[in-house]
Amino acid sequence: MDKRAVFRSWWLPTAFALPQLALIALFFYWPAVAVVRWAFTLEPPFGGSAEFVGLANFRDVFADPLYWNSVVVSLTFALAGTLSTIFIGLVLALAVDRQLPGSGAVRFLYILPYAIAGPAAGMAFRFILSPERGLMASVNSAFPDFWNPAKYGSHALILVIVVFAWKWAGYTFIFLLAGLQSVPKSLTEAAAMDGSGPVRRAIDIQIPMLAPTLFFLTVIMMTEGFVGADTYGIVARTTDGGPNHGTDVMVYRIVEEAFRGLNYSGASAQSIVLIGLIMIFTFIQFRFVERRVHYK
Amino acid sequence: MIQRTPYADAFTYVLMALGFLLLLGPFAVIVAGASQTVQQVNAVPFNFLPQNQLIVNITAAWQRADLGTAMLNSFIMASIVTFGKVALSALTAFSIVFFRTPLKHFFFWIVFITLMLPLEVRVVPTYAVAADLFEPIRLLIAWVTGITVSIEWNLLNSYAGLTLPLVATATGTFLYRQFFMTLPDELAEAARMDGSGPVRFFIDMLIPLSRTNMLALTTIMFVYGWNQYLWPLLMITDPAYKTTMMSLVALLPAENGTPDWNVTLAGSLIIMLPPLLVVAVLQRWFVRGLVSSEK
Amino acid sequence: MADITIRAVRKSYGKTATLHGIDLAFASGEFVVILGPSGCGKSTLLRMIAGLEDITGGEIEINGRVVNKLEPRERGCAMVFQNYALYPHMTVADNIGYALKVAGVPKAERRARIAETAKIVGLGDYLERKPAALSGGQRQRVAMARAIIREPGVFLFDEPLSNLDATLRVTMRAEIRKLHQRLSATSVFVTHDQVEAMTLADKLVVMNKGHVEQVGQPLDIYHRPASTFVASFIGAPPMNLMDARIDASATVARHEHLAIPISSAMAAALAGRDVTLGIRPEECRVVPAGEGLPARVDFVEELGSGRIVHAAFGSRIFAAAIPLDIRVASGDLIGLALPPAQLHVFDRETGRRLDVTHSIGRYEPVRQAAEAV
Repeated sequence: MDKRAVFRSWWLPTAFALPQLALIALFFYWPAVAVVRWAFTLEPPFGGSAEFVGLANFRDVFADPLYWNSVVVSLTFALAGTLSTIFIGLVLALAVDRQLPGSGAVRFLYILPYAIAGPAAGMAFRFILSPERGLMASVNSAFPDFWNPAKYGSHALILVIVVFAWKWAGYTFIFLLAGLQSVPKSLTEAAAMDGSGPVRRAIDIQIPMLAPTLFFLTVIMMTEGFVGADTYGIVARTTDGGPNHGTDVMVYRIVEEAFRGLNYSGASAQSIVLIGLIMIFTFIQFRFVERRVHYK
Repeated sequence: MIQRTPYADAFTYVLMALGFLLLLGPFAVIVAGASQTVQQVNAVPFNFLPQNQLIVNITAAWQRADLGTAMLNSFIMASIVTFGKVALSALTAFSIVFFRTPLKHFFFWIVFITLMLPLEVRVVPTYAVAADLFEPIRLLIAWVTGITVSIEWNLLNSYAGLTLPLVATATGTFLYRQFFMTLPDELAEAARMDGSGPVRFFIDMLIPLSRTNMLALTTIMFVYGWNQYLWPLLMITDPAYKTTMMSLVALLPAENGTPDWNVTLAGSLIIMLPPLLVVAVLQRWFVRGLVSSEK
Repeated sequence: MADITIRAVRKSYGKTATLHGIDLAFASGEFVVILGPSGCGKSTLLRMIAGLEDITGGEIEINGRVVNKLEPRERGCAMVFQNYALYPHMTVADNIGYALKVAGVPKAERRARIAETAKIVGLGDYLERKPAALSGGQRQRVAMARAIIREPGVFLFDEPLSNLDATLRVTMRAEIRKLHQRLSATSVFVTHDQVEAMTLADKLVVMNKGHVEQVGQPLDIYHRPASTFVASFIGAPPMNLMDARIDASATVARHEHLAIPISSAMAAALAGRDVTLGIRPEECRVVPAGEGLPARVDFVEELGSGRIVHAAFGSRIFAAAIPLDIRVASGDLIGLALPPAQLHVFDRETGRRLDVTHSIGRYEPVRQAAEAV
């Protein structure tokens, strides 16, 4: 905010910002207030006035083992998703950054999965990694029941994590490549003069220099894993939260609870907990935001 | 740097090839499956070579999921979201960056906080707002005047309802802000010395200078708008307004019916295509927008 | 043509004050240079005249009209910025003509005036280019043309030459001066470069830490600096300064163990006072060791046209400009002669100049800069 602002007027900026501010007030702040209001009241699903119930909704939520199941599932999903996307992105970025012939083309191609909507990808993967057909059928015929996401919750969880990793690896790749390219060439050249080979250079010079980018991506991917637009879509279209709540991530549960269970109060209480989590992530990101590199 | 590292180079190529298989392989499976017959697509082992049934399968998918309507609606939705973001965020960023007023800090934070809560966590009450848009206004009137009025306007099953809540976030604003901050202060001062007021400066300077930014934002927002899943699912019950993401369900083979995954895959291929094309063709802008929109 | 009066102008950002009451008057058609180190408030003052900064206190008058509340465009000023601030997406012609376009001047007239102005600054062949395709000097010319075309009463220059290389800077300096004569507007030029200041100014304003140190013609300021700050800021190498106490009985000023001869008038007027003595390097004379004041050569800078001797003199290093026929080398013992008539005397406490009024034989502080206006 340290730019020398030039024009003096209060009504003009207000008028210019008004359309967006009005939308934000209506579709962001008002609903945000409603979430809080509902979390502390019990609203009968078919009309009637809401009754203030204090923390009762939260007590109900925390007493539900299925809620804790969704917390564990979300945590597993977000952590595994984050680690795998960053790992794949990093390896590919290090490879492409060596700028061997052909790296320009793969660099272009690696980004493409990011354009695909989570639910569409999820549906394709239902086929690609289906136990009866496609790739895994051959494996399953050799080792029966080796892979069956329709039957085993853990397999289903792996499946949605794979979809998530497939979609987001290209995204982390973009940022990590940009981060690598902002590492001064003189640094790696100096290391080469000191006699270190490409792998050593990656470990000793490039990855440490990427620390801010890696940190930033960890926060972004964790947030995405917990509440991302695609997380809901992936789970809904790949496994429907099942089997047996094995992929019942927190976002999925909130939406199910609200629109299938018509339990607005319970869903709102869960939202509040999730919002608290996001605020922690955002806070962490802010706390260290000045350490971030410039992606130019 | 002249350095011979044959083993490292070979290893690099192995990694790049693995990445290629991992990230592009699924596309190959989709294309192959989408061009096969029901028997072929269900065969074990799977045949990775595309066959000649692509057009047939696409036609079948198109009819089964009414993709014509869905594609049109998705396109309209993505376009409105894109246009709304590109235009409104430019205005907001301008008023946050270029004015000397205490309000700008207020605006900044109001907009900034929206980055923290994605639509998915506040989807229930947002739905309630869209279902009864004037509730806050009614409450305000009742609170100020004590009069209970009964105006109602619901946005369910409308393009406005599909798009407006998606426009109400900060990404675009920050992309512009980022760019405006890099412009030298003297540019606006020179314009001011030349007699230009703020509106003129916005039109004559900022808009032409923001062209690349707008293009970057357009690519991101189109993909974002096209790929929306949860919101349309809640908002739309009228088939005339359904979007491509909603037709995905209709594309699935019926439980216990023919497992015609070839048609399903052909349909999802069509649905994936528009954002894929945007990213492929405008990749330079897309990458630039992504990298710089993260504050 | 416009005159500018600045009365008790102050500027503060929150609690920190950057200008503490500036009083200045510039006559119509004058070329005024405001000189000072970075952070002295000179650019702020210029921007306040332009209307780009609010005026915290005091008044600025242009042509008899108080402009405090006026928008920049209403003040009749044009400005050339340090980084030129050209509009990157417009051609040279559009850049030059933008002010006219905003003012609603018809297209045909605009085109004629752009062509005419471009000819004045020698840009006739470049009208269709974008700024990115121009050299530094050409961009500078566009920035000037953009100012000229408005036919302003006042030209404001904010360190316009500091981004140019040394050769170009000399050329552009001369061109700005010529342009000023031709256009007969009032020019206010801010710089930290004393050579620019000396060569361009009709009237020179020296600023330091938000105050005006001295106002006057460049040569007057050079020969009679009003304070130790001005004395050390103007002139290269800067004036040699040393603390001393005036000893009336021996007509010398004592600096450490050294006795520097002074005029009897000075001795009488300032007997027993603690002062700061100053002498310009070109007034110091090098004499054989044993004569003058003893000094040891530290190092010698060759300038081609002459040389500068840096010699340890007491506990400090003195600079003396000497002709080529005197040869000295590092480590030589030499004598320094400081002609009493060339000594400048400043009050030790305030740093202000103490001047002789020979008729009465007394030293008095020179009038304050503000009164001199």
